[in-house]
Amino acid sequence: MPKDSGIGASSKRREDLRFLTGNGKYTDDVNVAGQSHAVFVRSDLAHGRIESIDVTEAEAAPGVLKVFTAKDFEGVGGVPCGWCVTDKHGEPMQEPKHPVLAEGKVRHVGDPYAVVVAETLDQARNAAELIDADITELPAVVNMKDALKDGATKVHDDLTSNLCYDWGFVEENKGAVDEAIRNAHHVTTLELVNNRLIANPMEPRVAVGEYDPWKDEHTLWTTSQNPHVIRLLMGAFVLGIPEHKLRVIAPDVGGGFGTKIFHYAEEAFCTFAAKALKRPVKWTCTRSEAFMSDAHGRDHVSKIELAMDESGKFLALRTDTYANMGAYLSTFAPSVPTWLHGTLMAGNYITPLIYVNVKAVFTNTVPVDAYRGAGRPEATYQLERVVDKAAREMGIDPVELRRRNFINKDQFPYDTPVAVTYDTGDYHATMDKLLEISDRDGFAARKAESAARGKLRGYGVAHYIEACGIAPSNLVGQLGARAGLYESATVRVNATGSISVMTGSHSHGQGHETSFAQVVADMLGIPEEQIDIIHGDTARTPMGMGTYGSRSIAVGGSAMVRATEKIIAKAKKIASHLMEASESDVEFANGQFTVAGTDKSVAWGDVCLAAYVPHNYPLEDIEPGLEETSFYDPANFTYPSGGYCCEVEVDPDTGKVDVVAFSAADDFGNVINPMIVEGQVHGGVAQGIGQAVLENCVYDENGQLLTGSYMDYAMPRAYDVPMFTVDHSCQTPCTHNPLGVKGCGEAGAIGSPPAIVNAVLDALNDFGIDHIDMPLSPQRVWAAMQDAKSGA
Amino acid sequence: MSDLQAIRLNVNGVTRAVSVEPSASLADVLRQELRLTALHLGCEHGVCGACNVLLNGRAVRACLTLAVQAEEAEVKTLEGLSAEQIAVTLKECFRKFRALQCGFCTPGILVLAVDLIAANPDPSEEEVRDWLSGNLCRCTGYQPIVGAIIEAAKRLRGAV
Repeated sequence: MPKDSGIGASSKRREDLRFLTGNGKYTDDVNVAGQSHAVFVRSDLAHGRIESIDVTEAEAAPGVLKVFTAKDFEGVGGVPCGWCVTDKHGEPMQEPKHPVLAEGKVRHVGDPYAVVVAETLDQARNAAELIDADITELPAVVNMKDALKDGATKVHDDLTSNLCYDWGFVEENKGAVDEAIRNAHHVTTLELVNNRLIANPMEPRVAVGEYDPWKDEHTLWTTSQNPHVIRLLMGAFVLGIPEHKLRVIAPDVGGGFGTKIFHYAEEAFCTFAAKALKRPVKWTCTRSEAFMSDAHGRDHVSKIELAMDESGKFLALRTDTYANMGAYLSTFAPSVPTWLHGTLMAGNYITPLIYVNVKAVFTNTVPVDAYRGAGRPEATYQLERVVDKAAREMGIDPVELRRRNFINKDQFPYDTPVAVTYDTGDYHATMDKLLEISDRDGFAARKAESAARGKLRGYGVAHYIEACGIAPSNLVGQLGARAGLYESATVRVNATGSISVMTGSHSHGQGHETSFAQVVADMLGIPEEQIDIIHGDTARTPMGMGTYGSRSIAVGGSAMVRATEKIIAKAKKIASHLMEASESDVEFANGQFTVAGTDKSVAWGDVCLAAYVPHNYPLEDIEPGLEETSFYDPANFTYPSGGYCCEVEVDPDTGKVDVVAFSAADDFGNVINPMIVEGQVHGGVAQGIGQAVLENCVYDENGQLLTGSYMDYAMPRAYDVPMFTVDHSCQTPCTHNPLGVKGCGEAGAIGSPPAIVNAVLDALNDFGIDHIDMPLSPQRVWAAMQDAKSGA
Repeated sequence: MSDLQAIRLNVNGVTRAVSVEPSASLADVLRQELRLTALHLGCEHGVCGACNVLLNGRAVRACLTLAVQAEEAEVKTLEGLSAEQIAVTLKECFRKFRALQCGFCTPGILVLAVDLIAANPDPSEEEVRDWLSGNLCRCTGYQPIVGAIIEAAKRLRGAV
C-alpha cells in the first residue's frame, strides 16, 4: 500500500503553494534600494580584433553612471575553468584566459566587450547604442574539423592551435582494441552528430550585486544551481574576495538543466561594479541574450565502431569524437566529453575492450558545457544507435542483441574496461518491464492500423546507464577536478522539536523542500510539516557543491541522513539521562524514546527541550544543543539504468515525425517521492524528444547564430509530446549510500534520443536508411526517403 | 526620448494611476511599477506565454502589449484571480497532478487555463494540448498540466 508520508510517499510538494499563487521569489523579483541597471554590449561578429571602444558619448547620456570595458578589469582574474583534462601524452589541456569583458578580441557572437550601467534599464539600453566600437572582422572558425587544419585561424592567438586536448581512454588499451576490430567477424560502423542544444530554462539568468562599504561585504543574488561554487570561483579566482566577505544567494530558480551550474562573467561584473559604483547593480538577461551567452550543450561529432563475433557477442568498441568547447572553457566543459562520456561507453554491456578518443576543439561559438546528462547522453546515443544498426546488419532482433550482451545481475559489482565499477543493476528486468509496458506484442497491430491511415509506424528501444551522484572527491581530483564533490547538511533541531535542515544542494524545480523533508521525517518519526529545508544561501547553509548530475538525493540526501544519525545518537544520550537508563538500552522509534523491557518513555519534544533548557542534563558528558553537520563524500558513483521505448508515426509525404507513444522502465534504486521521480522522467524525456525531433542550435559558416530566438529554435510544445508511460518498480538499491538511491534527474534526457531515432529508422525500414542525424526534422526525414528512393 | 504618459490602469479591480513610457510593455509596468510579480518574462517576444494576463477576460501576452494599450481594459493577473473559482480549482488540480516543477512558467499557464475553461468547459486532451501549445514549460513534459486542466474542467462542470 502506498505510504502517505516519509520515504516512498508521494507527498504533495510544499513549494507549489508559493509557485501556484505567483509568490515564488526569483532573482528578477529581487530589487535592492538604489539599484542601477546593467546592459551588456555584445559582439555581433563571431571573431574580431577590437581596435578601439569610444564610450564618450554613451557616458554622457542621461542617467549613465559608467561604461565599463576590459581596461576596468585590469588586475581582475579571468572566469576560471574548474576541470583540467590531461591529454593522451600526459600534458595538461590548453587553457585560454576567459576575461570578464573581451580583451583585444571578441571570439563569439554574444561575447561582451562593454557594459553600460545607468539609473534605469531604458537609459542603459539607449546609451548602449551610443558606444562606438571599432572592431575589425577576422575569419571565424566554426566547424571543428576545419578548426584543426593546419593554418586555421586561431581562436586564441596565444595557444598553439585550436586543439584544447587530444584525450585517449584507456590509452594502454588502444593496440588491443585496434587488433580486435581488425580481426572481428563483423564490425558495425556509424558516424553521427550529437546536435548542439541550448538548455533554455524558462527563467533567464539574472544577477544583482550589492556592496556594503561599512562592513566591506558583498552580496550577489544569482540564478545558480550552486551558490557556494559561485562564491568560491568568483571570490577566489576572479575578484579576490574572501568567502566571509561574499554572500551568494540563489533564491527560487526557474530551471537550470546544467546551464546554471557555471560561473558567468555577468555575476562577476555585477559584484565588481556594485563596489566600484557604490550602488547595487542589476542585470536581467533577455532571451535573445540567453541564446548567445548561456553555455550551450552537446555538439559532438563521432565515429563509433563495434566489433562482434558470429553470435553478436561484443568484442571491442572504438570511438572517435570531436567535442566543441566553443570560444572559451566554461566551468566544467573539459570534463563533459571525457570523464562524463568515455567512462560510460560500456553501457549495459560486456565489451572487454574499449578505446575512446576525444579531441576537444575551440571554435568561434558560445562556450559549450554540461546540459542535462552531460556526456552521458552523448555516450548512450552512440552506443544505442550502433547496437541497433549492428542488430540490423547481423539479422538479430535489436532487443535480443542487447540481451545477449547485457551484464547479468549476478555479475555485480562489475568492473568495466573504462575505469568505473557498477554496483548494482538488473538490465534484463528493466528490459522485460519495458516490453510489457510498451506492449511490444501489440505493435504489429498498431503498425497495421497506422498503415491503414497512410502512416509509417516504428518501434525503437534503447537501454541506458548513467553515472550519477557525482562524486568521490579523491577520484575526481585524480581526474582533474579542481573541486571536491561532497555534499553537506546541517540538521538544526529547535527547542520545541521543529527542525531546520540546511543543505548545500539547491532546488530549482526538483522539489527538494518536500523530498528532503520526507527523508528526515522518516528517520525521526515526526511529521514532515515540522521540518523546513533551507538552501540557496551561502550565509545560511554549510559549504556544499550544489545540484547537478542527479546528485542531490544520492549525495545531499546522504549527508542529511548522516547528520540526522548524529542527532539521533545525541538525542539518545539525552533521553537515557532523562529516563535514568543505560544509553545502550534506549530505543528510538516513531518520535518516542523508550527503554527496552520497561514502560519508560520520553517524547521527541521533551528531549529537544532538555537540550536547550539543560536544567536536568548530563553537562559533564555532552554539550547542550541539538545541531549536527555532516559532509558526505560518496564512495562511488551511482548507476541508474533503464529501458526506453518510443513509437513514432512518420508521414511518408512530408517526413514529419510524430512521437505517438513513449515508455520508460527505470531502475533508480530506492525512490523517496514517486510523484517527483515521475515528473523528472517526464521532463527529461520531453527534452530528449526536443533533441531528437525539434531542437538544433545552428551557426552559419561565418559564426552567426541562426537560431537566436524561439522563432528559430524549436522547443517542444504540448502538442509535440505524447502521454508517457513510466515505471520505476525495478529497483536494485545502490549499495554504497545510506538511502540506496541512485538519482533520476537526467535519465529521461539520456535514454530517449536513441530510442526515438531507432523508432524512426524502424518506421523507415523498407527504405534501408542506416542513419539520419538529429533533429529528425521533416526536411531531413523527407530528404533521406527521397535519397533512398533514388538510390543516392 | 523620455516622454512619460500618465495613464490609469484597471488592474485586478483597482484603478491605478501610473506614468509610463509610451514604449513600455504592460509586463514591465505590472512587474516593475505595480510590483505584480506573478507574471514572468521568459522570452519577451510573445512565444513562451510566461507573461500571460487576462485582458478583458482573454489571455494575452503582457510582453507584447503596450501599457498604454491597456488603459481602457480590465487587466487581471494571477494575483487578481486568487478568489475566482476557476483559478482556485485549477490550482488544486495543478498541485494534485504535480503540474509544475520550477514554477516559472506556471502563472502564465494558469492564466491561459482560466481562459481555456471559460471558453470551453469540457475540453478534450487534444484541445487542451492545442491551447497549451502557446506556452512553453521546460520542466514537466506537459502531461501533468494537461491532466490537471482536464480534471479542473471536470470538477467545475460538477462532473466529479
